[in-house]
Amino acid sequence: MNRFLQTRAGTWTGFAAAALVLFGLAPLLLSGFRLGLLAQFLCYAVVAVGIGLAWGRGGMLTLGQGVFFGMGAYLMAMHLKTADAEFRGGPGAVPDFMELAGIRELPAYWAPFSSPAFTIAAILVLPTAFAVLLGLAVFKRRVKGAYFAILSQALAGAFAILLIGQQSLGGFNGLSRFRYFFGFTLADPVNQRMLYFIAAGVLLSVVAVALQLRRSRYGELLVAVRDAEERVRFLGYDAANVKVVAYAVAALFASVAGAVFVPIVGIISPASIGIVPSIMFILGVAIGGRASLVGPVVGALAVAWAQTALSEQFPSAWTYAQGLLFVLVIALLPGGIASIASVARRFPTKRTQVEAAA
Amino acid sequence: MDLLVGQLLTGLSTGSILLLAALGLSLTFGQMGVVNMAHGEFIMAGCYTAYVVQQVVGDAGVSLLIALPIGFLVGGAMGLVLEALLLRRLYHRPLDTLLVTFGVGLVLQQAARDVFGAPAVNVSVPEALRGGVDLLGTTVPRTRLFIMALAVLAVTAVALVLRFTPAGRRIRAVTGNRDLAETAGISSRRVDAATFFIGSGLAGVAGVALTLIGSTSPTTGQSYLVDAFLVVVAGGLGRIKGAVVAAVALGALQAVFETYSTASLAKVGVFVVIVVFLQLRPQGLFTLRTRSLA
Repeated sequence: MNRFLQTRAGTWTGFAAAALVLFGLAPLLLSGFRLGLLAQFLCYAVVAVGIGLAWGRGGMLTLGQGVFFGMGAYLMAMHLKTADAEFRGGPGAVPDFMELAGIRELPAYWAPFSSPAFTIAAILVLPTAFAVLLGLAVFKRRVKGAYFAILSQALAGAFAILLIGQQSLGGFNGLSRFRYFFGFTLADPVNQRMLYFIAAGVLLSVVAVALQLRRSRYGELLVAVRDAEERVRFLGYDAANVKVVAYAVAALFASVAGAVFVPIVGIISPASIGIVPSIMFILGVAIGGRASLVGPVVGALAVAWAQTALSEQFPSAWTYAQGLLFVLVIALLPGGIASIASVARRFPTKRTQVEAAA
Repeated sequence: MDLLVGQLLTGLSTGSILLLAALGLSLTFGQMGVVNMAHGEFIMAGCYTAYVVQQVVGDAGVSLLIALPIGFLVGGAMGLVLEALLLRRLYHRPLDTLLVTFGVGLVLQQAARDVFGAPAVNVSVPEALRGGVDLLGTTVPRTRLFIMALAVLAVTAVALVLRFTPAGRRIRAVTGNRDLAETAGISSRRVDAATFFIGSGLAGVAGVALTLIGSTSPTTGQSYLVDAFLVVVAGGLGRIKGAVVAAVALGALQAVFETYSTASLAKVGVFVVIVVFLQLRPQGLFTLRTRSLA
């Protein structure tokens, strides 16, 4: 089965099957509400694919993906808010939450976001550029391992705190109540379905990009850097550049996911991008299998689904389950669900060599 | 001038809180490379220890004195259990210990929420520590002075134990070079357990002290943890000296930033300073000289 998926025909079959499920079966079988939930989960899965690349393949445990997710989300939300305001009050009108906060003038840094093209460009470029800058600063100086993880986590904390302090970005409450998405009414079920299709399309393309990266020479180099950075350096490669690329791609994925997330869910606030949400992105990736391609997607979807299904009825039990899942999966099954087959095959000999014990 | 002195004192006080939280981390992170995200929950356990002891004893002053050693034991015991059950099996996977201990932290937080309830609880401050003291033209709350003194005491105690006792010598040997220490006949497993006990115990003490300046809720520990880790990273692995300097510097930095901007910008400012600082010294302030490549 696995060997078949490695071939070209196998890849196409896999994508065709995924497309059939996402674009054919899911909209047929699920109600509008559930489809909306699935669309939201797909956004988490997009983030997970990026984490799989940076952490699973590159060995960089990034605990701050909420920062890039939040950047994309806030950039998109700023466009939606200005567009709504313009629709009500003409060019230069102030979004509703600013009126409540007593801000009469549109802040200068908001103005460009009335342009859809500028917004989309910003969503693609800004977080990626930030990740490149930060990555260069960190990896060139060979800050790695736990140091990098802690820095990325501190970044998420600082970013959330920074946003809470910005009244012109909605402060603690964040940005919400969007009416239009590039001219389409968000309340219309047909447009909600369109958003689901966008999310599904984004997920498939992100997986395709990740697959291409994995199979390229770059992908080999990335794994080599993860497993023996010194050796790669002695061979004449700049390991820092290799890492920066994976980190930036993961940031880009997270940003796009955030941008799609906002119109689907209708709110973005500092509470959903801080330290704890950022580390929760990791859980799905760990469960699914950090080093595999599809594992993070499946894991993220499963965790998001379980969260929705269980957290309202059994909030206490769900938190215990989350904690125990972290402990059990990482300690006993570091390769995640994706590695169950190979672990089982090796079972009689008791050799627990794990692919990604980075 | 007064402003500067005031800021320095605020910085010292913030720094000593950071130091209390980071001291134990620095020990365990430095020696074992274990990133213990549950350290924050050990601090929280110390806070609740102080709360419970006060419920039992009643008198604020006596209960504080009793709670400090009990907090140490509670934190240390939790650390021992964590080390024996989980971390011992994961020493060669430092990033994985981070995630595992985060999971443990989640469980402990929820346990605290189920036992003590989600709303914050308060521990009353002993009579002797109420009010402030006039110092160099500014008023410093006595609780802050107490915490500073406790931080100094804790650092001195740890430094003395490491420097002069046989156990401390073994800890230093294992931190310096694990393999070589083992060839010299030191049981690194037992040393690891001892280090973890001391490090986690210090978290418990920090927790007891923190009840003097703030209320206790299940997420109390988490709020100190990231800053404590930054102290360890900036100070250099396993160096008490580094942790002290970094904690005071970060405390002062935060105080200065907060005077000239908002508290939220101060956090961002501190983060930027640390990233820039790591450009200059990627291994932190003070580094252990080793010949390992990694």
